[in-house]
Amino acid sequence: MTDDESSPEGEETGGEGPAESRQRRGFDALFDSDAIMLLALLLGIYAVYVVGGVVIGFPLRGLVNQLGQLTFWIAVFGMGALALNLHWGYTGLFNIGIVGFMATGVYVTAIVSKPVFGSGTSAAEVGGLGLPLFVGIVVGMVAAGLLGLVAALPALRLRADYLAIVTIALSEIVRFTLLSDAVSKGTFGGYTIGLGGGDGVILDFADPHEAFVKALSAPFDLILGTEDYLWEEIYLGVLVDAAGAIIRPNPKPVVDNFFYAALLLIVMGGFYALLRRTGNSPFGRVLKGIREDEDVTNALGKDTNLFKIKSFVVGCALMGLVGILWFGAQGSVTPNTFRPRITFYIWIALIIGGAGSNTGSVIGGAIFAAFLFQGPLYFKNVVETVLGNPEAPASFGAAMAQVGAGDVVPFLLYTLDSLRQLQLVIMGLVLIWLMHNRPQGMLGHRKEIASSIPLSRPSAPAETDDGSVATDGGDPRE
Amino acid sequence: MSEPESSAADATDETERPSASAGDDVETDAAPLQVRDLRKEFGAITAVDDASFDIERGSLTGLIGPNGAGKSTTFNCITGVHQPTAGSVRFNGEEITGLAPHQVADRGLVRTFQIARELGQMTVLENMMVAPKGQVGESLWRSVLPFARRAVDRQEEEILERAWETLEFFEIDHLADEYASNLSGGQRKLLELARALLTDPEMLLLDEPFAGVNPTLEDRLLDHVHDLREQGYTFLIVEHDMDLIMQNCERVIVMHQGRILTDGTPEEVKNDEDVIEAYLGGEV
Repeated sequence: MTDDESSPEGEETGGEGPAESRQRRGFDALFDSDAIMLLALLLGIYAVYVVGGVVIGFPLRGLVNQLGQLTFWIAVFGMGALALNLHWGYTGLFNIGIVGFMATGVYVTAIVSKPVFGSGTSAAEVGGLGLPLFVGIVVGMVAAGLLGLVAALPALRLRADYLAIVTIALSEIVRFTLLSDAVSKGTFGGYTIGLGGGDGVILDFADPHEAFVKALSAPFDLILGTEDYLWEEIYLGVLVDAAGAIIRPNPKPVVDNFFYAALLLIVMGGFYALLRRTGNSPFGRVLKGIREDEDVTNALGKDTNLFKIKSFVVGCALMGLVGILWFGAQGSVTPNTFRPRITFYIWIALIIGGAGSNTGSVIGGAIFAAFLFQGPLYFKNVVETVLGNPEAPASFGAAMAQVGAGDVVPFLLYTLDSLRQLQLVIMGLVLIWLMHNRPQGMLGHRKEIASSIPLSRPSAPAETDDGSVATDGGDPRE
Repeated sequence: MSEPESSAADATDETERPSASAGDDVETDAAPLQVRDLRKEFGAITAVDDASFDIERGSLTGLIGPNGAGKSTTFNCITGVHQPTAGSVRFNGEEITGLAPHQVADRGLVRTFQIARELGQMTVLENMMVAPKGQVGESLWRSVLPFARRAVDRQEEEILERAWETLEFFEIDHLADEYASNLSGGQRKLLELARALLTDPEMLLLDEPFAGVNPTLEDRLLDHVHDLREQGYTFLIVEHDMDLIMQNCERVIVMHQGRILTDGTPEEVKNDEDVIEAYLGGEV
């Protein structure tokens, strides 16, 4: 009877007040530490690059371009790793067909958003539907998601390894379809569209960042009665102009690259927020349950197939978006860009960071981009400039000729010159080393609790150690 | 707060616990689980051979038999892991034959596994919180969209509270933040039972819950099972250990070579010639 009176109160005070403050503290603390960690990492990477650039006496233009490139790759691989983390890190779905979903995304965007055939000055072989780029991006994502659904429906009932086979096969099917002459060009309902075959397609839609700024400009235009105010006045008038003071001549491409990369970094932030939210929820908890033991999760009343399909489709749509943002700003794409190599880049990024952790995914993407992807080439640049661009031996034989005599310089120069080719070897070695020494990645096996609220004890812990609780089962503590 | 909360506490307990409300309609159906002529063939092998039995509400029934008698296969057919070749399974009057495991669980018939299967790289508390039914936050949109998230959070607080209480009941609340893979074998069994309870089951099917559990923990588990049965849960337990079943169950079903050998009180079963034959004399 005392129980009846006091338990609601106990719940009130114990369950809400402190829990809420604890929640805020816990969330902030975690977020702070993660945000600080990420920020420190990024600053460190930039510092290394800037120092390297200063050492070789890069002109400012070159340095800014390098940093813009770096930012672009960090964002792209960060986003890719985040999307893959939803599949592999959370749900345990072994997707090695990432590049197929990227290709689907960017090609469908191209079809939807390329200008209509024959219109304007475009010399493109095939046209598109001429719809705004934003429509194209959404449709591209939906298409990648649908392709994921098609792959998932039969394959998710199978065990993990079969999904892997299906996905890598699918990504190659996508590539060969894009290569095919049969669908390279055709007329449908008055539109001349197609996938362009082996020549690829020219992406002659608006530059994504330009389209973005112009779209943002709409409310300003409405008020000020201007046209593309933000783009014309602010972006071109202020930003590019200001850059012109230090970067000349022709500052616009440099600003464009940097601005686009910064934009992608923001989109990556969006990915992070979305996936973190997805993970820290009952939905994410079920996904983790599936990863750990699907049968058990199913036996607890969860429709695991449905959860797997949802997770897979969302991840695929995000991969489609990564493809669009990665390749959509490049002017043109060809099918053979989309080889499985790209898939494995993203896998390496995720493994470096630690599957299962969103923060780890971003860290992995950044480290991969900075030190394995762009790093070796930058290093080559720096060393070559420091050495005054020496002539490297033309062949392996020539490189080895002097080694016997104790002169290793030609060999080292040759190695340096071949760094682009050696890049994949380095990645492989890093992967092997990681697998042996840190298979869980830099941040793996961290307790990122899948719950929308912090899981601390709802009531004061002082009352818990009496035996009465154990005797009467699950009634609220008094 | 150690003094008499006996009857009052139990009363509130009954009303608060959704599963117990199901115990209110005892009169509608005495046998929530009815298995009729259940048959499962794997190729030429008949693992379950026309097994029929009823499980009464609120009872603690043991299902025993030598290795390969078809106990686990029977379990798997009831819970949807296997599709039975023939026969029917009814739960609370509803045909559940051939439903998927999650559909069976959703109807209040929840199982545990022979080898404790914890969700290893999740904390004990996370393990618990996966279980409850009808979580709004299991919808992706509700979990992600800001305005819908508040309802999710509110429900999460309730679930969290229940999870803690259940962990305390099983006296493993000190392990709440541990990864489940760090638990000992016996603690995993406790966790598995605790987790199953959070799904608000009416009936629990425990597949060898005492295998590999030390005697002290075995007693604790048994105490919990008896407590829960008094609260209105129905149990069907598969077990190897004849003595344990005989001492604790009010009814025992004996299987042998896929068939139901006998079905009765421990006393009856103990004196049954066929059972003695199967266990002591017969081909095992």
